[in-house]
Amino acid sequence: MKIGIVRFPGSNCDQDCYRAVDEGLGAEAVYLWHKSHDLEGCRAILLPGGFSYGDHLRAGAIARFSPIMREVIAFAREGGPVLGICNGFQILCEAGLLPGALVRNDSLRFRSHPVRVRVEQTDTPFTSEYEEGDVLRMPIAHGEGQYVADRSVIDALESERRVIFRYVDGLGQPTEEANPNGSVRNIAGICDEGRRIVGLMPHPERVVSKLLGTDGLGVFHSLIGSLRATGDTAMPTTKTHAAEAAEASAP
Amino acid sequence: MSESATRAPVIEITPELVADHGLSPDEYEQILEILGREPTWPELGVFSAMWSEHCGYKNSRPHLKTLPTEGPLVVQGPGENAGVIDAGDGWGVAFKIESHNHPSAVEPYQGAATGSGGILRDVFTMGARPIAILDSLHFGSLDSPRSRYLLDGVVRGVGDYGNCVGVPTVGGEAIFDPCYERNPIINVMCVGVLRLDDLMRGKAEGVGNAVMAVGARTGRDGMHGATFASVELDEGSDSRPQVQVGDPFTEKLLLEASLELIERDLLVGIQDMGAAGLTSSGTEMAARSGSGIDIDVALVPVREPGMTPYEILLSESQERMLLVAKPGCENAVAEVLSKWDLEAAVVGRVTDDGFFRVRDGGEVVVEIPVQPLVNECPTYTREGVEDPEARRLRELDIAEYSAPISDQEAADALLTLLDSPSLASCRWIYEQYDTTVGTNTVVGPGSDAAVLRLADSGRGIAASLDCNGRYVYLEPRRGAKIAMAEAARNVACSGARPIAITNCLNFGNPLKPGTYHHFAEAVAGVGEGCRALSTPVTGGNVSFYNETPDGAVYPTPVIGMIGLLEHLDRVVPSCFRTPGSTVVLVGKTGDELGASEYLAACHGVVGGAPPRIDLEEARRLVDFLVEAAEGRLVLSAHDCAEGGLAVALAECSLGSPDGPLAVEAELETEAPAAAALFGESQSRVVLSCDPEKVDEVVALATDHGLPVAVIGSVGPPDGRFRLAAAGVQIDLELDRIFEVYRSALPGRMEKQAGLTT
Repeated sequence: MKIGIVRFPGSNCDQDCYRAVDEGLGAEAVYLWHKSHDLEGCRAILLPGGFSYGDHLRAGAIARFSPIMREVIAFAREGGPVLGICNGFQILCEAGLLPGALVRNDSLRFRSHPVRVRVEQTDTPFTSEYEEGDVLRMPIAHGEGQYVADRSVIDALESERRVIFRYVDGLGQPTEEANPNGSVRNIAGICDEGRRIVGLMPHPERVVSKLLGTDGLGVFHSLIGSLRATGDTAMPTTKTHAAEAAEASAP
Repeated sequence: MSESATRAPVIEITPELVADHGLSPDEYEQILEILGREPTWPELGVFSAMWSEHCGYKNSRPHLKTLPTEGPLVVQGPGENAGVIDAGDGWGVAFKIESHNHPSAVEPYQGAATGSGGILRDVFTMGARPIAILDSLHFGSLDSPRSRYLLDGVVRGVGDYGNCVGVPTVGGEAIFDPCYERNPIINVMCVGVLRLDDLMRGKAEGVGNAVMAVGARTGRDGMHGATFASVELDEGSDSRPQVQVGDPFTEKLLLEASLELIERDLLVGIQDMGAAGLTSSGTEMAARSGSGIDIDVALVPVREPGMTPYEILLSESQERMLLVAKPGCENAVAEVLSKWDLEAAVVGRVTDDGFFRVRDGGEVVVEIPVQPLVNECPTYTREGVEDPEARRLRELDIAEYSAPISDQEAADALLTLLDSPSLASCRWIYEQYDTTVGTNTVVGPGSDAAVLRLADSGRGIAASLDCNGRYVYLEPRRGAKIAMAEAARNVACSGARPIAITNCLNFGNPLKPGTYHHFAEAVAGVGEGCRALSTPVTGGNVSFYNETPDGAVYPTPVIGMIGLLEHLDRVVPSCFRTPGSTVVLVGKTGDELGASEYLAACHGVVGGAPPRIDLEEARRLVDFLVEAAEGRLVLSAHDCAEGGLAVALAECSLGSPDGPLAVEAELETEAPAAAALFGESQSRVVLSCDPEKVDEVVALATDHGLPVAVIGSVGPPDGRFRLAAAGVQIDLELDRIFEVYRSALPGRMEKQAGLTT
């Protein structure tokens, strides 16, 4: 069961994601190069954090045009599970796979510290192993993590239960103090209408070991569980570029 | 040919031009002797850069030679891009420190950013993947808008660079004193991990091998950076063109590309084009290998047309590397660079004639024998004389400050100290740094030492940066020994065994006898510390001329200590963790208020002798701490340093990860109350342990000949901080001291309206 981790120039959480998938999950992690058009048959795609293309212009703004993203977008539109973490979340928003945008933190400073997030929904491929209301501790590290969207979008996200993670305090409440970046309604992560594409700003891949904390493990266990549950046939496995070419040239 | 002629204008070498290049008439005579003729203009530039203080260590080399550099675990000592120690099982740790003081004084954001960039390159050129950055920052008082501007810019610069490259900034120190007002000290240390099989060096071997310039293009930025670093900052000088501009995105690409080149075994050698750019990298690589190097500047990719050979040779554009490819590997090298969207160009060849030869198209514009250029930079041993003012302050009678104090005065003093930016929480700084990217950070900022995972070996690396410039100013040899002992103690508090150091020696103008005396004495102190603690020097940096018309900074020899932790799961945190645990103080508390933060912050006095330091005792304390951690005897261990026992105890309480923990303690001592609470007697550590382990802890300390006292317990449910000594009791509400401690920095920085960076 292969899980693809896209490497953009400037990705810097790619190796952490690789380790999170590779170690202890029984899944095969593969790097997908940004210049490639081939998802190599991966069953799920992770867009890691970092500063893709140096965050030039705007975080994620250039990455969305990279060759691999054409394939990722097609894969996602067919219902393939895609997780964007931090810069990956920004890219998903820029690519139009998730609504809204991530703008500069309200403090106008980079913020890096552990936060608490509450799991709001468990019917996604990345949260199914958690219980609703679970409070997880994981780090954030971003300069542009303030989630914003039109009021109508926010209302739709809420009514369609598409807010997946929310910043909360020690008592599990989404207070202003617990909000590290000014995100509207303490939103830390959302999903698309099909509930297969998830983006979040905190870093679950950094807390998947006894040494550093294990609260993020559930994200990866959920993915493996959901891929196993859906089986090989129900999933829109990604086509290799070669296969696609062969198909196109077939009589 | 005609193009070359216009690009390399013939400039007459006059005494004024020589002087403008920072070369003395005697040094110029030596150049004439080496060449047997008059130098060309570019040659003069090459000598100027290589014989600058920054590259040539003219005033420091005789003293640096006295430092011990060898040890059983040292794989690479000074003279390479970074030092390397053997961490077992084929793993190595590469580390080095560098200063970027002058650029940061002029342009704090870019100055600090490019400092980070340079030290990262020094580490990854060794074949190591950087896993951590630490920064030692010294600024003027935060009451000054200039200092607030500099702190803001430097923190953004260090942060943005490391955050983008994906190397966490995991520790360091921030010190504030008026002496750093116009000349801040910005030192950045990088730690990397490598397989020793992949260890790479800056060599230029193999006649005919291709010399390649890779990475960013060469532009006109940062001209004469090395020379700039070697003069005092003038009144109103506009030195911005000498400050380089960094691009962490390119750095990240260059990092990945370089490690891929090394992993694929395509290289003979590689070196950062740092200070003095192409000149220093080319000549130093050739010098190490006893070879020569022949370069054509017309082949170097440049940012703009019309750059002269002089400019191309001395540009300090960032994110560039010079490398020597293995025979026949030029194309493979270029392919790797191209994969990472970077340029690579063959710019020359390795020769065996021992010359640094530079052509501009067909014309030879530089032809200098490498060995005298690199290794025979004139050095000077000067006459040092103790600075009379430093001596006067040291001999100041401070007895009156040991007079009895009331409970209220003691409580107020503690609050004043916790509000002192040098002692207060640095959270405002390190929350702007990504501290966890790379998932190696086991212990991050806010602790005595950062602790990093050493790949999957089960072992850890501890790192700490320390220097108290006030101590060194008042009594340089003792101050330097204290810096060594404190760095070792910090590392040992985490449970790690100190192994080796890198040092960054920040001083004023060495031509002034007082500064020179400070330097010579401080280096001697570092050497004594290295020998006593068995922690040799593996490299470092000297930064002189940290001086403005207002005077010199305190002599600030920053010590970067690296330690190894045998079992990562036995790492010891700095702060209290467990209510109900017992508090133990190891070490002797004397009547030592000299040079203390208490005198400075509470009485406005800089004076008295720094506390006594016994390096042999410091060594025993290190052994005790390592054994206590190994035997799982302690729950926390924290160095007792600036601000004394009261501040150390408060830090243990306030730094607890889930919020402050109450504490109640009483110290029995013959020292007067002020000294008992706030004196900075050395070789002391505050421990907490399970009540059942107290006897073992006490016995182990006694076995090591260390004074030890059980002084209290953690976590009475009343939420108070209580410390009594010599008949005086501090009794404060925990929430109140926590608020003071954590708002000291942000409170002052919020004053900074209208900041534009």
